Amino acid sequence: MDQTGRLSFDDVRGWIRRFAAQIVANKVYLTELDSAIGDADHGINMDRGFQAALPKLEALTGEDPGAACKLVGSTLISTVGGAGGPLYGSLFLQFGIALSGHDTTSLNEWLTGLDLGIAAIQRLGKAEAGDKTMLDTLMPARDALKQALADGKSPREALLGAASAAEAGMIGTIPIVARRGRASYLGERSAGHQDPGATSSCMLVKAAADEWAA
Amino acid sequence: MKKLINAPDRVVDEALAGMAAAHPDLIRVEEPNIIVRKDAPKRGKVGIISGGGSGHEPMHGGFVGMGMLDAACPGAVFTSPVPDQMQAATRAVNGGAGVLHIVKNYTGDIMNFDLAAQLTEAEGIPVKSVVIADDVAVKDSLYTAGRRGVGGTVLAEKIVGGAAEAGANLDKVTALCQKVQDNVRSMGMALTSCTVPAAGKPTFELADDEMEIGIGIHGEPGRTRMKLAPADDIVEMLMVPILEDLPFKSGDKVLAFVNGMGGTPLIELYVVYNAVNKILKGRGITIARNLVGNYITSLDMAGCSISLLRLDDEMTRFWDAPVHTPGLRWGV
Repeated sequence: MDQTGRLSFDDVRGWIRRFAAQIVANKVYLTELDSAIGDADHGINMDRGFQAALPKLEALTGEDPGAACKLVGSTLISTVGGAGGPLYGSLFLQFGIALSGHDTTSLNEWLTGLDLGIAAIQRLGKAEAGDKTMLDTLMPARDALKQALADGKSPREALLGAASAAEAGMIGTIPIVARRGRASYLGERSAGHQDPGATSSCMLVKAAADEWAA
Repeated sequence: MKKLINAPDRVVDEALAGMAAAHPDLIRVEEPNIIVRKDAPKRGKVGIISGGGSGHEPMHGGFVGMGMLDAACPGAVFTSPVPDQMQAATRAVNGGAGVLHIVKNYTGDIMNFDLAAQLTEAEGIPVKSVVIADDVAVKDSLYTAGRRGVGGTVLAEKIVGGAAEAGANLDKVTALCQKVQDNVRSMGMALTSCTVPAAGKPTFELADDEMEIGIGIHGEPGRTRMKLAPADDIVEMLMVPILEDLPFKSGDKVLAFVNGMGGTPLIELYVVYNAVNKILKGRGITIARNLVGNYITSLDMAGCSISLLRLDDEMTRFWDAPVHTPGLRWGV
């Protein structure tokens, strides 16, 4: 990413690579978080998806950053299963739509992708902020990024702010009683555990900050 | 972890290959990991498909065959299948009369089946879906993902499969499946956790003298954890919420289904059935049909679930209809 927030094909691929590396490295951790309040497969499933998506991503050539996101999205839908497959798959498909077809792509288009992705996740999962889901990471990150860019902050500052907001949102899921997904079966007993989906989503936002704002 | 496996990531593929080798007269296994009735598609017959995570065998793959499912879509262990599988299965069983998807109520299953239904409908195959959500241990409210689909699924697949075999059209089998869902209630309990092969350790910890009442079929915690009790008391704890929920009343005829979670011997399931029988007798409810055994399991979990289905003549007739699958067979 340059000073103006412009994102190249390689920038976007670098972000996805970094996110995938985080998922693979944290496969066991994400699965452990999921065994506490879900069904002990989140890390395993996401790892399987990225093991399938990464070779395709490396083989991809071209200039369109959206194409990289679309390729990853459709591969995740076809290989992950569970709720994670449709949710992360749709998120990446929306990034693909937002980042495609421009002469230059910037952090503004990435923000649009995040916005569209959040809407898609809400449609599929019928969840709101505060339900103890990945939205509790993605929505504060989106809001922080939008505000920072509107305030005229630099793209780097804005991204770092989004990453902090994501992390705060992730930690904020700990006391919440889940209302959607498998954790909702636990009722009150879901409080006291960090949501696995919010945790992997935090990695997605932090990967963008680490790749583009470091 | 002590399991009869070669490698955790090969369990599903190798089990499917084993099923195909064991039952070539009933089923075939096709890419991308779907189990299809050997003679599908049957011209003019409504196709019935179901699917879900693996680890619940014989459900669903063991119920593919004459008089039950036309295809099953097994996901990774405890993980819903992907839309590509349901798309392929829907195409494989479409005999021109449309296809019914029987979906258990889990967030992932619903999303993946929904995506597949949209895609196959766009190809011109009429698809209907019925969601099974029979687990009374979960509060059905706006604040949860809704009740889980458990034992009632097995009963729905048998009854609906019988009707489709007899030539009922898509609207009829869909209505019948919904009728089963509306009249079935279930609840389960665990004596031990299960161990997902890829995770390598038990999903939850349960002390030697503890049990979990209201457990889900993926080891999702239930209503309460408590000290182990005699079987009669445990059955009472499962039966009362089931009976009160519908509610089942004196004079009702029911199908009583005592299911093992995979790690409990049949002798204990009959101890449970004996208690179920006494409770129903005491309430003036007639057990018109029953099923006892391991049909919707949770890997190696010890424990059981109980399902009660309030029967009418139509459901009874199609329950009795001939069935020939790897997991269930009578009348042929």
